[in-house]
Amino acid sequence: MDFRGKRVVIFGERDGVPAPAIAACLTAAGAEVIYSVTECFV
Amino acid sequence: MADPIVKATACVLVHAPSFVRYGSKPTREIAGGGEPVLASIEAHLRSFDQAVAYPPNQVFIGNLHPDRLNDIDPPWTDHPIEGASPSGPFGEIVSERTFIGLLKAADEFDLVWLDTETAPGFLEAVEGSPFQNRTDLEKRILPGIAIERILEKIATQGSLPLYHAGRIIGCIHRHHDQDESLTAPILLENLMTKASGALALQHLLTHADGTAEDIDFVLSCSEEAVGDRYNRGGGSIAKAIGEMCGCIHATGCDIKAFCVGPVYAILHAASLIKAGVFKRVAVVGGGCLAKLGMKFKGHVAHNLPILEDVLGAIAFLVTEDDGETPIIRLDSIGRHTIGSGSSQQQIMEALVLNPLDRIGKKVTDIDRYATELHNPEVTVPSGSGNVPLNNYRMIAALAVLRKEIDRSGIDAFVASRGMPGFAPTQGHIPAAVPFLGHAIGDIKAGKIENAMFLAKGSLFLGRMSQLSDGLSFLLEKNPRAR
Repeated sequence: MDFRGKRVVIFGERDGVPAPAIAACLTAAGAEVIYSVTECFV
Repeated sequence: MADPIVKATACVLVHAPSFVRYGSKPTREIAGGGEPVLASIEAHLRSFDQAVAYPPNQVFIGNLHPDRLNDIDPPWTDHPIEGASPSGPFGEIVSERTFIGLLKAADEFDLVWLDTETAPGFLEAVEGSPFQNRTDLEKRILPGIAIERILEKIATQGSLPLYHAGRIIGCIHRHHDQDESLTAPILLENLMTKASGALALQHLLTHADGTAEDIDFVLSCSEEAVGDRYNRGGGSIAKAIGEMCGCIHATGCDIKAFCVGPVYAILHAASLIKAGVFKRVAVVGGGCLAKLGMKFKGHVAHNLPILEDVLGAIAFLVTEDDGETPIIRLDSIGRHTIGSGSSQQQIMEALVLNPLDRIGKKVTDIDRYATELHNPEVTVPSGSGNVPLNNYRMIAALAVLRKEIDRSGIDAFVASRGMPGFAPTQGHIPAAVPFLGHAIGDIKAGKIENAMFLAKGSLFLGRMSQLSDGLSFLLEKNPRAR
């Protein structure tokens, strides 16, 4: 998928992939992060 | 001075099915969905005997080793332990009736009113409690309050009804009409933490040499936020719990670090012992009302009983080396620093690899890893995954990357050095430390030489930082032990 120019909303997960890690990948891929949060499900 | 030891451990559970409705998730769902949601919750609650016979609960209080869960086919709800006892070597599972009596024993401000009809039953249930003598308990609990006055308080004064066996048996009051920190639901949360924490500390004292008066310092790692409108979360519930248990020579304070709080508290306790500041430090964590029924929708959808019907509470006595008991190696502390990063690999490198490198050990030199020990039967039905298994696979993957094991050996690594989760999802309670009592027994019995304890914290939940957190330590056979 081409993320360039896309706006993304990120929900990270504490025991999976946290939001900052996803944001770093998507920013590097050219996306604009408009909302990013990590949640804990335990 | 030699490294400190964990001299005694206590793990207790409070069966509190009537309080599930006041967990954060059930409260919100009932507010949105009304009676059908409440009826669905009530239809899926367990009896006390079912909670006692549930295999993970038996592991928690020490009657079963965690490895035994590998021999029981899931769902564990279908395989109750025959003849299970509510008492175990680490603590007990107490009934709701007893706990309501304990709430009143913990209540210094007449916040809880119990009705005249049921009050004698709660006195009877809590009788024999080591907290207060019968005369003092009678003064607190009897004669009770007329139910009409209780209902009026609920209707007009912001008091919260307390239920037991399907009926209102009392209420808890707010203590200020404009203070959000002293509303009835918040005070109930705090009082339940205090009462369950005191129960754990009391068990600890019965397991340990010495008396309550010998405790120098109490550290609470509970997840409540005691305080008023000017200092929400200011604490200190540690001293409230210590007071209830008669630790009159102790001072204390609270350690807050989300789910990794107990590991930080043990680190602080061990460091204070090693520094010679104190000789006997009690670490205590009371239970968390907010997390009751957190995953109830998943349980109901799979027609399982609501497994988050218990409060967990823990306590540990940290002392100077006795020449026998396994030591906490203070040179082994694994720390997730502010600059560590938040990916799972970065966290595990900080908590596992960095400290092992520092003390010259390999991943495979550690006999057992205790990660956060959330019971997967609670989390998997709601889609939250198997937390300990995921952590073990990450540690095994790090061992593969270091070429300590082959990729094909991951499952064997997980099976032999990990364990099934068995702790209730009470945030700080599953933070690796429920394995401490088992680990001390296994090391003393010569079954293992060491065990690493690691837990993670979710600092981002408070919206002040995007950071994760974590801490670890190594428990090792006492070098002076024969």
